[in-house]
Amino acid sequence: MTFTKPGIMRRAVGVLALGTLGLAGCAPGSDQDQGEPAVTGDVNTDGASMGDVELILWDQEVRGSQASQFTTLIDEFEDTYPNIKINRVEQSFEDLSTTLALALTDPNPPDIVQANNARNDMGAFVGAGQLLSLEPYATAYDWTERFGETVLKNSRYSSDGKLFGEGNLYGLPQAGEIVGVFYNKEKLADLGLSVPATWDDFTAALEAAKTAGETPLMLGDVEGWPAVHVFGPIQGAHVPPDEVTALGMGNPGADWTTPQNVAAAQQLADWATGGYFNQDFLGGDYDAVVEEFANGTGVFLMAGSWVGAVIDEQMGSNAGFFTPPPAQAGSPKATTGGTSLPFSVTSGSKNPDAAALFIDFITNLHAMEVLAETGNLPILHTAELAPAQGVWADVFAAFQDVSDTGYLLPYLDWATPTFGDEVLKPGLQDLMSARTTPEEFCAALQEDYAAFTAG
Amino acid sequence: MRRSPLASTRAASGSRLPRRHPGAPRRSHRNHSRPARLAVPYVFLAPALVLYGAFMLYPVGRAVHLSLFDWDGMGLGVFVGLRNYADLAADGALRASFVHAAVLMIFYCAVPLVIGVIIAAVLNRGKVRGLGFFRTVFFVPQVIAMVVVATAWAGIYAFNGPLNQTLRSLGLGFLAVDWLGSYTWALPAIGLIGTWVEIGLVTVLMLSGMAKINPELYEAARLDGAGAIREFFAVTWPCVVGETAVALTLTIVAALKTFDLVYMTTSGGPGNSTTVPSYQVYYQAFRLHDVGMAAAIGVALTALIFAVNLVVNRLADRAEA
Repeated sequence: MTFTKPGIMRRAVGVLALGTLGLAGCAPGSDQDQGEPAVTGDVNTDGASMGDVELILWDQEVRGSQASQFTTLIDEFEDTYPNIKINRVEQSFEDLSTTLALALTDPNPPDIVQANNARNDMGAFVGAGQLLSLEPYATAYDWTERFGETVLKNSRYSSDGKLFGEGNLYGLPQAGEIVGVFYNKEKLADLGLSVPATWDDFTAALEAAKTAGETPLMLGDVEGWPAVHVFGPIQGAHVPPDEVTALGMGNPGADWTTPQNVAAAQQLADWATGGYFNQDFLGGDYDAVVEEFANGTGVFLMAGSWVGAVIDEQMGSNAGFFTPPPAQAGSPKATTGGTSLPFSVTSGSKNPDAAALFIDFITNLHAMEVLAETGNLPILHTAELAPAQGVWADVFAAFQDVSDTGYLLPYLDWATPTFGDEVLKPGLQDLMSARTTPEEFCAALQEDYAAFTAG
Repeated sequence: MRRSPLASTRAASGSRLPRRHPGAPRRSHRNHSRPARLAVPYVFLAPALVLYGAFMLYPVGRAVHLSLFDWDGMGLGVFVGLRNYADLAADGALRASFVHAAVLMIFYCAVPLVIGVIIAAVLNRGKVRGLGFFRTVFFVPQVIAMVVVATAWAGIYAFNGPLNQTLRSLGLGFLAVDWLGSYTWALPAIGLIGTWVEIGLVTVLMLSGMAKINPELYEAARLDGAGAIREFFAVTWPCVVGETAVALTLTIVAALKTFDLVYMTTSGGPGNSTTVPSYQVYYQAFRLHDVGMAAAIGVALTALIFAVNLVVNRLADRAEA
């Protein structure tokens, strides 16, 4: 054993240096095709002339009513176009969002995928050139006529993925989503109150519920995101909608530290420290808390329309839903909401025409009827397709009302890649447990937003 | 330097080849060329080496490779050298996740070791009837999938779950808190699940170690007037140092790579109070699409696990010697 230490060191450094050079050489991703994909020439909208086609579809329409509308529509599509076969890969929302990036980089990607609108998902895929711009099809199928711009802008990106809300169209949604207030009709009547017309009425109703010994608001925030759907409407009542839209889409021109934003944060903090929520609002499980509300605990539940089915099933006519009221009675309502996950065509698809035909099929008027019949909130013709009564009737009416006369504000976690998980969710939990002040909370959000919009 | 007897006979025989019995059949490989003979061991090694290389060494090397890039998992990666590691060291939230893992080590390693050794010593000394039954009971948590364990414990810790109900029925309602939503209690609550899981492993390891101890040692200790406690420290404990090292190694690895418990119970919350490095790997890679940083955290975690276990095993070797 006689080799000297410096000798080892020299050799080790040499190996490391060589290794590093080698490592720097082949960058990950260098084996993939790059470049902007585009549909060239005319698009074909005649399904029968497309020959035998098999489309691979990755979706997350797996829950009760979503699953039934989707299987119905796929069956009808295959009946209408026997030459086109849909090969479906279904998984949960979480699984889809974690595996989609890998699937899209595959040499043989799926043809149609459901990609979340957020910058982290659709934005990243667009930036990497993995989704097809649907502009030629939007013209061919008149999608701009079918959907208003309020809906379409949620699936628009500039072709480099940098601007959100404008540019090319990359997907179409089937269903609408609106965050609002579910309420227990009996309990509200016992308090001698009616559905609040202004934001101050709503706050007063919460206070009245607390005084009467009820839990005013139910929340189960163990996963972090449910509180975003409480803060969103509060912000909508305090901050001008165009500012919230810029903040939520991560586009430049707005500021998180304005007095209105701080006031919104202050109100949420006051609600939390003032005992307006159930005691376990931080550690409670979302589904379990929704279930508790449906079983009669608490007066109000601020949540998305997607929990309507559970509530309708258990509470029946005792449940109601209203849009978070505006600051002044009669002025336009603004709340978090938007669309279900849009369907996109991948740039690696060998049959983009057939894929676009399928997307057209599942978003046409007939599809909206199927959605409504199977217990979903169709994004178009919502009021006409509404059920006669029950909480669903309220949800349908609220969505149509806000779509027509109000503002559907983007989900705040769309803003920047790090915004939702790294800043907003832990930030809201810190705010609600009084570990940070509203000013600190807004400053942290502004830091992330400003750093992102600065480039 | 003293020569081994074998070395001296070899030297005396004047040949470097092993000696054969007279009359033993000549093996054909003697006629092969020297390079071919040198290759033989590697041919035997090859199948295992190829598998190990393909499924262990290559992925590890690839992770180190990726950790030097800024890559979103889709486009073209940009070589950034050690910047991911510098960012990791500079990021308070990421550093905090390593601190949380250190706290979990107390619950996964130290506490189960103490409790497990005591249980094993009692079971062993008491010559309990149905030892096999108890061994199975204590080991069951190890067999259950972590996701199932996490879901069950999340139910136990729920605000109106069995734990708080028990506290309330005992008149201790003031102690009932929102365990998984508490900045103070969420991390210890997760740690205690780990304790529950790891006690069984430690107990079974220790029982097997204690079963090997020569009963004469106990007899001798008793003749010298040692009581149960003296007997434990004089005989039992020194004889299970090796098992202790194994138990510590396994539990430290389990503590540092905790992912499923956090993912299923708190998602890292409230705030960032229960994030752990493995959760950050998942989160950076699959949520933020920052594959380089995820790989850097993974590599740092691997190095940490390796270093801690090296120290543990060195100490154990010294204690055994």
